[in-house]
Amino acid sequence: MDMKRDYYEDIRLFKSGVVLFWTIALLLFLFTLPLYAPNYHVYLLNIIMVHIILAVGLNILVGSTGQISLGHAGFFAIGAYGTALLMAKLQIPFVFAILAAAFIAAFFGFILGLPALRLEGPYLAIASLGFGLTIMHIIGGVDLFGGRMGVKVPPLDLGISQLGVAWVLKTDFQKYYLILIITILMVIGARNILKTRVGRSFVAIRDSDIAAEVIGVNLTVYKTLAFAVSAFYAGIAGGLFGFVLGFFDPFTFNMILSIIFLVMVVVGGLGTVSGGIMGACLITYLQYDLLKNIGEVPYFGAFMIDISQRWFTTVGLENFSSMAIGLIMIGIIIFEPLGMFGFWIRMKKYWMTWPF
Amino acid sequence: MPFGQLLVEGLAIGACYGLFATAVVIVYKTSEVVNFAQGEMAMFSSFVAFHILTVYQWPFWLAFVITMVFSILLGVLIEYLFLRPAKHPSILGMIVITLGAEMLLMGLAGWKWGAEQKFFSLPLNPSVTYEPVKGMIVTNWAIAVFAVASVIMLLLYVFFKYTKLGVAMRATQQNKHAAKIMGIRTERVFSIAWGFSSLIGAVAGMFFASRATLDPAFMMEPFLRAFAAAVLGGLMSIPGVIIGGGLMGLIENFFGFYWPSWKPIVAFIVIILVLCVRPSGLFAKHYVKKV
Repeated sequence: MDMKRDYYEDIRLFKSGVVLFWTIALLLFLFTLPLYAPNYHVYLLNIIMVHIILAVGLNILVGSTGQISLGHAGFFAIGAYGTALLMAKLQIPFVFAILAAAFIAAFFGFILGLPALRLEGPYLAIASLGFGLTIMHIIGGVDLFGGRMGVKVPPLDLGISQLGVAWVLKTDFQKYYLILIITILMVIGARNILKTRVGRSFVAIRDSDIAAEVIGVNLTVYKTLAFAVSAFYAGIAGGLFGFVLGFFDPFTFNMILSIIFLVMVVVGGLGTVSGGIMGACLITYLQYDLLKNIGEVPYFGAFMIDISQRWFTTVGLENFSSMAIGLIMIGIIIFEPLGMFGFWIRMKKYWMTWPF
Repeated sequence: MPFGQLLVEGLAIGACYGLFATAVVIVYKTSEVVNFAQGEMAMFSSFVAFHILTVYQWPFWLAFVITMVFSILLGVLIEYLFLRPAKHPSILGMIVITLGAEMLLMGLAGWKWGAEQKFFSLPLNPSVTYEPVKGMIVTNWAIAVFAVASVIMLLLYVFFKYTKLGVAMRATQQNKHAAKIMGIRTERVFSIAWGFSSLIGAVAGMFFASRATLDPAFMMEPFLRAFAAAVLGGLMSIPGVIIGGGLMGLIENFFGFYWPSWKPIVAFIVIILVLCVRPSGLFAKHYVKKV
């Protein structure tokens, strides 16, 4: 299908004029979207974009480098707390605060990457899971971080208060544009990382770490780098997530959140940037909108409420989202291990060769 | 709290961890899957027991037997429906399937029984305690745990050593393909292993539930501690896991006594330290990965 004839073609951001056209059309659509979407949906879009940043970053680690992480809620929490506390307590401007928080998260990613040098598969999954829970408990146990009561996020001020410049973003509508721009930058960044020497080293480690070492990839550097890059993305996403929510406590960043993040990547498609984006969109939409309000879906909702009253409890119907996501996880591995990206590829192949 | 008290309590909770970790190890040994749904399978079985006890008001031992049968069926069903159809999944794929089963069971339990905490009690009088040595109070609960754990261990030993099915299971662990050639239906062996581990997990889950409260998320932390115990013991040997469980219980109990606010994270620190120093566990033989 897509034959690459030279290196330049491989590293190009847009494969052809058609792709460029549709990308610009998509960007225009995204920039005008809040004008005709209701206010609640702008909030949902903000959360989706935050999750896109995270899923793209996690995909660098899980999909491209082949390291399993069940602790990304920890990095997410570091980003959220770091940004909020640096801004509230030290009056650091937003841009520097979120970058500093992301670098702190990246440093912790590097720390988690060290045991990952010796671990693999299920052991690494458990170690990272333990890491995420440890972060959650430490944040919940130390008063500096607000303890169990949580943290109220300061106003999102893009200006520099020391110079007397203030540019406060108050509504979801205003935050949307900030998050959109950051998301686009992060996605392009991820795509470019994967096209460079670093990205190729990551892929080599995924395919076989021993072979990668033999051909001269420094495992220590690149494995820890993959963790650090991924944690950096999670830190940025966490910082923005805090401003979307306005208030959070340690239990926002529980183990289920880490699992949901992994699901986004697996459902979207491992090892591709667009896979992470698709997975984040689908899972976040399902979790925050469709399945949360399953009772209000026409026909099916009434059926579910009827079943709940007859066999289950109506208050417990909100748990249906966790059930549905569990089924999606199992189904995607059984039927389409490549995720939504695999669907897309198959569809494309089918239509490209159509009557044959 | 005196030293002896901490010791007995730690060993009792450690035996519980060991029992639960045994369930993890049986699945891991036969099919090389870390079953992240183990905790939720035990949670679901405990809820079934709770339901029979409170809604139908049936006697405890009948409820216990029904729960055991149910837990075996649950384990076999999960293996048959979710793991068997997956064609050559990667390690990540396996982890995602078991995590999916975990979410599914948790959602189902939350839907059926709600998220509020419930009380689950074993027919043990909590006020009866013994004091064999001064300052060393042994509760009924601890005695029950020790008794059940040793009986199960003994049965497992006999099972793996002397029965045909146990030998078939060990053969499948050693070499799946050779076992298949020798006429062992390895797929059926996997199902049976899942049923067994689900049963042992359900017993341990009921002990955990009677010690704390019953809600859809109550097995999450015990599962992780039991997994830490399994990692301590090396994930591959059942005696190692029992020792690992005892160590884990003692570490946690003593640590929790001196620094109560940091009790929840001690298990993870132990996991990370052990994995860094000896990734194959304290008691397992070192194994080398095939390229």
